Formats: sequence, C-alpha cells, structure tokens
Amino acid sequence: MEEIVNQNGAVTEQLDAATDAEIDMRLVRENHRSETVGEMTVDDPRMICRNVDVYYGDKQAIFNVSLDIGKNQVIAMIGPSGCGKSTFLRCLNRMNDTIDICRVTGVIKMDNQDIYDSRLDVVSLRASVGMVFQKPNPFPKSIFDNVAYGPRIHGLSDSDTHLNEIIERSLHKAGLWDEVKDRLDQPGTGLSGGQQQRLCIARAIAVSPEVILMDEPCSALDPIATAKIEELIDELRENYTIAIVTHSMQQAARVSQRTAYFHLGKLIEVGETDQIFTAPRHKLTEDYITGRFG
Amino acid sequence: MNNLQQHNDTMARVQQGLNQRYRNEKRFRRVGLSAIMSGLIFVSFLFITIFANGYTAFQQTYLKLDVVFDPALIAPLGMTDPDILSAANYGGLVKAAMREMFPSVTSRREKKTLYKLVSTGAVYQLREMVMLDPALIGTKKSVWLVADDDVDMLIKEHIDLNAVESDRRIKNNQLEWIRLLQKNGRVEKRFNSTFFTAGDSREPELSGIKGAVYGSFFTLLICLAIAFPVGVAAAVYLEEFASKNRWTDLIEVNINNLAAVPSIVFGLLGLAVFINFFGLPRSVPLVGGLVLALMTLPTIIIASRAALKSVPPSIREAALGVGASPMQTVTHHVLPLAMPGMLTGTIIGMAQALGETAPLLMIGMVAFIVDIPGGPFDPSAVLPVQVYLWADSPERAFVERTSAAIMVLLAFLISMNLLAVWLRKKFERRW
Repeated sequence: MEEIVNQNGAVTEQLDAATDAEIDMRLVRENHRSETVGEMTVDDPRMICRNVDVYYGDKQAIFNVSLDIGKNQVIAMIGPSGCGKSTFLRCLNRMNDTIDICRVTGVIKMDNQDIYDSRLDVVSLRASVGMVFQKPNPFPKSIFDNVAYGPRIHGLSDSDTHLNEIIERSLHKAGLWDEVKDRLDQPGTGLSGGQQQRLCIARAIAVSPEVILMDEPCSALDPIATAKIEELIDELRENYTIAIVTHSMQQAARVSQRTAYFHLGKLIEVGETDQIFTAPRHKLTEDYITGRFG
Repeated sequence: MNNLQQHNDTMARVQQGLNQRYRNEKRFRRVGLSAIMSGLIFVSFLFITIFANGYTAFQQTYLKLDVVFDPALIAPLGMTDPDILSAANYGGLVKAAMREMFPSVTSRREKKTLYKLVSTGAVYQLREMVMLDPALIGTKKSVWLVADDDVDMLIKEHIDLNAVESDRRIKNNQLEWIRLLQKNGRVEKRFNSTFFTAGDSREPELSGIKGAVYGSFFTLLICLAIAFPVGVAAAVYLEEFASKNRWTDLIEVNINNLAAVPSIVFGLLGLAVFINFFGLPRSVPLVGGLVLALMTLPTIIIASRAALKSVPPSIREAALGVGASPMQTVTHHVLPLAMPGMLTGTIIGMAQALGETAPLLMIGMVAFIVDIPGGPFDPSAVLPVQVYLWADSPERAFVERTSAAIMVLLAFLISMNLLAVWLRKKFERRW
C-alpha cells in the first residue's frame, strides 16, 4: 500500500478530507482500472457494473470489474477455471447472497437502481434477472409444475387458462413444446439432459425476466443438445438480454455479440466478439484464445 | 535375456504375494461372516427364549362350574335394581357351586383351599352375566370361570409335582380335585383375551397389557407432537437459515452431546422441571411424553439435518433463481424432499422412546395402576415399565406374562422399524 501511495502522491493530496481507508480503496481502484483493455461500456446498457469487488472471507475473488451488459445482446464471459467469471455472473442476480462469507462491493445498476441497495427486494430482482445453471436442475415435479412454479409464487396468472397460456408460451420459446406437450404431467427429471436444460430455460422465462444469466449451460450436454441450446440463445436474444459464462471459446464465438475475458479475478479485455477472437489487444487474451493456456 | 529373467523373477514374487493376499481376503471375509453369525445367533436365542417362555400366556385355564343363580343370594327381595345386582354376593354362588361339585369336602380349611381353585375374577364374570341378563336369576347354568393362576400353572405343567407338598403352590388335595375336574372335562385352556383387554392386576390371571399399551400410545403421542415439530424446526433453522459461526458450531456439538446423555438424566430433569417446578401430576403420559420428547429431540434433529443436507443445493439454487424467497425455497422444495428422511429418523426416535424405561421410573410411571388410562392426564404405565413390574413379581404366572409383554413390545418396535424402512424405500430419490 505504501508503494501505491507514493506513486500517487498527487492524488492523495487532493483527497485530504477522505479517510485513510477510503483513499486506499480509491487508489487501489485507480491502479486497477488501467488493466481492462477495450470498451467496457455500451450505448444501450441493461445493467451497469462499476468497480465490483467480491470477497470470500478474506480472499478476494473479483478485482475491480467494470462492465456494461448491453440490451438484447448476448455477452459471453470466458476465461480459465477459477478466473471468477461465474462469481461475477452470480453477482448480477445476487445469487452470491446465499454464501455466508461472500461480500460484494462496488455498484451494479439496473434501471438506474443499485441492485445491492438494501431497499431493493432480492425476490423482485431475481424475477427480472433469471438464471440457468450449469447442471440441469429441474424440480422433481411434473414438467407443468416446473414451469408453473415461478408464475405461481409471483402471482402472475389470474386464472388457470392464463397459467396454461404462460406455460405453453414459455415452453414454445424454449423450443420444448412439441416434445413435451403430450406429457406435461410427467416428472421433469425424466427428460433427457438437453431437454431438462431447455425446461430450466422455460422455467426461467416463464416469469418474463429481462435478463437471463447462464452459467455454463451446455457443459453437461452432448454436442446435439448443445447446438439446440445455442440456437435457442440466438432466438432469445430478440427479447432478452443474456449473459453467458462458457468454457468453450467456439460457443462464445457462435452465440455472443460481446465477449469479456477474465483472468485471476480481473477483467482483462472486453469488446466485440469478432474483434476479441480475431484481433485481441491484450497479451493474456491472445494467449488464452490461441490455446497457449487455460 | 537379463530382462526376461527379471520379469520371471517379478512374476514369481507376485505369485507368492498373491496367495498371501487371497488368504488375507478370505480370512477377512470369514471374520466378518462369523461376526454376523454370532450376532444372529444371539438375536435368535433372544427371540426363541422369549417366545418359548411367553407363548403360553396367550392361553388361560378355565373351569366349568354349574352355577345356580340363587335369587336368595343375588336379589333377596326379588328386586332387580342394577345397584342391588351389582352389590350382590356372587362369591357365594361360586362357593355354592364348588361345594355342590365336591360334597365330600366339609371341613372349613379344606373348603377354603377348594375355593382357591377359582380366580377371584370369577365373581366379576358372574356379576357381568347377571347385569346383562337379569332373567338368569333363579336358573342353573354351566359357566366357564377363570381358574386361579396356580391351577393355570399346573395345567401348563409349570409346577414340579415331585417337590415336597409344603413347597408346592398346589397341595395334594387340590391336585386330586383338579384331576377329577379334568376327568369330567371341566378344565379347558382357552385364548386369553383378558391379557389384551385388562389393565394390570395383582392376580396374574386377571392382568393384561391394555393399560400399558394405552399408556405407551398416549406417551408417544405427546412425545411425537412435541419432538417432531420442534426437532424439524430446529434442524431447518440450523441447516437452512443460521449462519455458520462459532455459536452454531457450539449448538451442533451440544446437540450431538445431548444424544449421548444417559436417559435417566432426562428423567431427573423431567422430575425437577415438569413435576416439581411446573407442578404437573406424577405418573401421567403427559410428563412421560415431555421427558421422552427431550430425549428424542437430538435424534430427530440429527436425522433431519442429515436429510436436509442430502437435498442437492442445485434444487435450492433453482428455486432461488426463479425468485422464491428462502422461506418458500424451504417449504416448497427442500422440506418435501427431506421429509422421508426426517420421518425415518423420527420413527426410529419414537421406537427408541417406546422402549425407554429409566427416565419414566424417575417421574413415577412405575406405579401399580389397574385402570386403563383414558387420556394423557390419567396415571398409567407404559409397556417397558409393565415388563419391568411383572418381571419383579414373584408369581410363576407372571414369568410367562413378562415374556408375552416383551413379545407385544417387540412387535410394535419391529413394525415401527419396518414402517421406517418402507418409507425410506418408497420415497427414496436419486439425483
């Protein structure tokens, strides 16, 4: 810390009024900000993240990440294992709240409101920011009940017919309707892996979220099921904003418009997907996408 | 060449070691098998002894007497009020019937021993008959009356007739009379329904386990009503809501310790708190249930926490991900999935509570209670305490009743455990 203060002596003088801790914090951020290469802002953002730090106990997992999630865009987050991309994704709908020792600082805004504001209700946040997980996790209930669960707890349907409509629409959007329309009362856990994952997507979109977070949605699926999900993601982009974490660079290249590369908890580079994969600006990004490590 | 030699050498050594390995494996299997066999032998020895000792208790000896329902003894003035009928001298009827059958018995002492062949319960049997049907008065009827427990033991051949007369419960003259009755077909072993319909009694032939079964039922009901909700709530809170810190660690260690506390300590606690401090009555299933609930709580909490832990976190994430509150996540998804495990743990805990004796001794449930309890506030015994009480009684006939009561207790325990196994199998889920 001493070193940083020395390097930024001028800044320290300007911030006389602030407490030492605050100064240290800002200096650390100044120091880190330079690391992200590329355009982290977009013209039409759906979510705005600024200076996000995440700590697990004493250990810091995310360092000063600032990133915009563009509206009706797919943003892919790539990087080697343990780089913090999933952790960052889970900040966007406060799934990290379930971990006791996890602490998030910085600002994440949606509709000009800080989602970590204590006045904001996390239930309503998760209704507008849905999530699809790595392992398909349908409830051990019928296909119908799986999709109906969200609308039911949020009181979205006025009548049974309305609920049926919501479920049909959601399953249609998830591309699953034709496969399951005759067996809605059968358990969701009886479907194949790819179908289960699409059921989870249908469950997520049944509450009409604006943003869908996907945490490696295809890592447990075979190539055919993966292709279907990727196709689906491309279709969903029309109506939803999607943030996807993936280990597969080909997948990121296929489905996303923007790509963010994470390394050791830091956001190294972010930009148009084409640019990232054809002309990476940062050495680490280049090494990663050319397969030199990861 | 050198390589081949080395290879052969290695193979030879492997072969050598291989035999040793197989021998070790065989020995290990034999040890395991013999451990299980010896366990099975002990268990079957237990079951065989109890069954051999107890099965005779399900039969009871009856004597057929020609009873004259003498109006002079029952309703002297021709009055058939229930009050008068219930207070009448039915013992006189029995005695008269006995005298008539053995006219040769004249001395006062001999008569007394003669009367002893029939149980004192015969009086109630006759009274019930007359109360039900007053038209019997004035008629003569053959009635099967309960024999005394000593006669019963003689018929079941539990009395050593080679012993000196003064050491025997059945004297020579009684033996003679019984043989005569047997010859006339007036002695019969019948199904002992009294054992299932009566409470405790000083007379073995009149005692039954209904009171103890009811007492156990009410006790377990109270125990379940308290331990299950409290245990499940505690487990859910600790597992799903409480933050993991030093306090919850401390609580967890203490719960595990409580599960190992000797049960009599819980009895003392119940005595001090429920009876002395709160002034609840002694010997009642309410207090018994409260004490057993304290004792069962750790078992239920530990089993419930294990059941909650076995619900995969992905289900919680799925529910939270669509915007369910933590409470909804638990009540809609986690709890229903953990319920079979919780029920299994609870049933095992209940079975443990059903067999528990020591803490109930401390709160006075060891009293001699004849009446069948009508609710959790009536004094009563419980099955294991009934076993304890009968095992302590000197009469030979209580030996078989002790074993019979153990059989009933074991039947309840086994069926409860089977229910737990069935629940586990039926609702078992794999992810």
